[in-house]
Amino acid sequence: MESVTLIINLAYVLAAALFILGLKLLSHPSTARKGNVISAIGMLVAVVVTLLDHDILSYHWILLGFAIGGAYGAWKAKSVEMTEMPQMVSLFNGFGGAASLLLGWSTISQQATAGFSALSGAVLTTVVLTILIGGVTFSGSVIAWGKLSGRMGAKAVIFTGLRELSIAHLLGFLVVGYLFVSEPANPAWLYATIALALSFGVLATISIGGADMPVVIALLNSYSGVAACAAGLAVSNTILIVTGLLVGASGLILTNIMCKAMNRSLMNVLLSGFAKPVEAAEKIEGEVKILPAQDAFYVLEAAQAVLVVPGYGMAVAQAQHAVRELQTLLEENGCTVEYAIHPVAGRMPGHMNVLLAEADVPYDQLYEMDEVNPRMENYDVVIVIGANDVVNPAAKEMKGSPIYGMPVIEAYRAKTVFVLKRSANAGFAGVDNPLFFKDNTRMVLGDAKDTINTIIREFGDD
Amino acid sequence: MENIYLIFIVLLAAFLGFELIRKVPATLHTPLMSGSNAISGITLVGALVASGADNDLLTTVLGTAAVALASINVVGGYLVTDRMLGMFKKKDKK
Repeated sequence: MESVTLIINLAYVLAAALFILGLKLLSHPSTARKGNVISAIGMLVAVVVTLLDHDILSYHWILLGFAIGGAYGAWKAKSVEMTEMPQMVSLFNGFGGAASLLLGWSTISQQATAGFSALSGAVLTTVVLTILIGGVTFSGSVIAWGKLSGRMGAKAVIFTGLRELSIAHLLGFLVVGYLFVSEPANPAWLYATIALALSFGVLATISIGGADMPVVIALLNSYSGVAACAAGLAVSNTILIVTGLLVGASGLILTNIMCKAMNRSLMNVLLSGFAKPVEAAEKIEGEVKILPAQDAFYVLEAAQAVLVVPGYGMAVAQAQHAVRELQTLLEENGCTVEYAIHPVAGRMPGHMNVLLAEADVPYDQLYEMDEVNPRMENYDVVIVIGANDVVNPAAKEMKGSPIYGMPVIEAYRAKTVFVLKRSANAGFAGVDNPLFFKDNTRMVLGDAKDTINTIIREFGDD
Repeated sequence: MENIYLIFIVLLAAFLGFELIRKVPATLHTPLMSGSNAISGITLVGALVASGADNDLLTTVLGTAAVALASINVVGGYLVTDRMLGMFKKKDKK
């Protein structure tokens, strides 16, 4: 092996080790930030050493690309609101997929003059895979970004023939892929592959509704890694293969966690667009008891232990800072405050944790569902803020309910439950919530942030 | 033979990935995702050669576009992850 190539490859080993170490440090909040820096150093090593490559003759194109991308990335990272993290991650998934697609394409285009003799069937197959996965990731992520950022309706778009069209795409992949590998000189097959990949990504994501977005983002995150891995196979670069797979595994594990938390299989989520809409099994009878925010204060003032269950509604109302303020007041009043976070609360895995961290809520006061459920009876008040399905007792009690069997935070077992909500309507899944009708539940209607601020003012007047 | 090595690498990397990520607590799942955005920007390494080598114009343009997109992920991904992780605080330090 030539000495430069040897140095480059040794440096890739070092970079891979740094990525692995970085991910390992991510296993605890106290070391996570260091892990991120170590991972970034690994990236720097990999990039700098690649620039030594003998094939690289000029640097101005590289600099141009890096300047544009780096500036946009840095601006986005500094300016993004924490509530907008799901759409940003989604967009970045898409950029990753697009980068892999273009890289796969460039391996083909650079052989155009040489007549493709240098590319074996195996390499061409990995190029097809790179373009397919990269393309699906890109267009799927753009749709997910559109839905999450409100540029598109969040509802699932379903039309007749969707299933047939998707199956036709899958068959099309096989046919066009085969034609491409056997006749790489014909650009028509290349363009057909790209077009198929892009349109399949759109088809696969438009049929998925807003509440299932955590699964979709996690899955697209995984795809972006697999696309990088496929690109690595295409250009036979080991660091791309290893690193791409680390990301692929990460996304897949998160996908799995999300699916388990909704008691659904991945197939069920992905094909939800094809299922018939669920009929409401039984009407819930009962009366909703409404409590004005001022009266909620008196209950909270007497409480010893309070549990807060946040949901996407808290992000929408930007109520996290007000919640934190209320927490301080309650703690000064001798009350313990804890938070329970359902795995699918919010629009991406861990979304609520970041919002609360932004509002200075210590991470050791945040608990997972399984940790709070056994001691639910000990809480005097559970405050549900903008969450619905994740506290829905129908998951336990109503066999016919579409969410039956989903693990939920069993708020209804606490002494009192306050549900902060705009109106008493059903949640995103369109499922009625029997929690609202329980004897120990009080609905505090209105904007969550205003409600909490009203309670905070009452504390002040006291 | 080289293909066998590649399959080996793929297999080991996949297992390693699963073992590492399983240990990441739920509270860090969002930084994990933005961090993996950054890491998947490793495509940059492949794109550098496509962009800087002596290729025809189409390849150079494709390579440069790939460099730009991957740079967004690398720079943006690491910076936003750092920003987020900086917000995570333990109790008592008041």
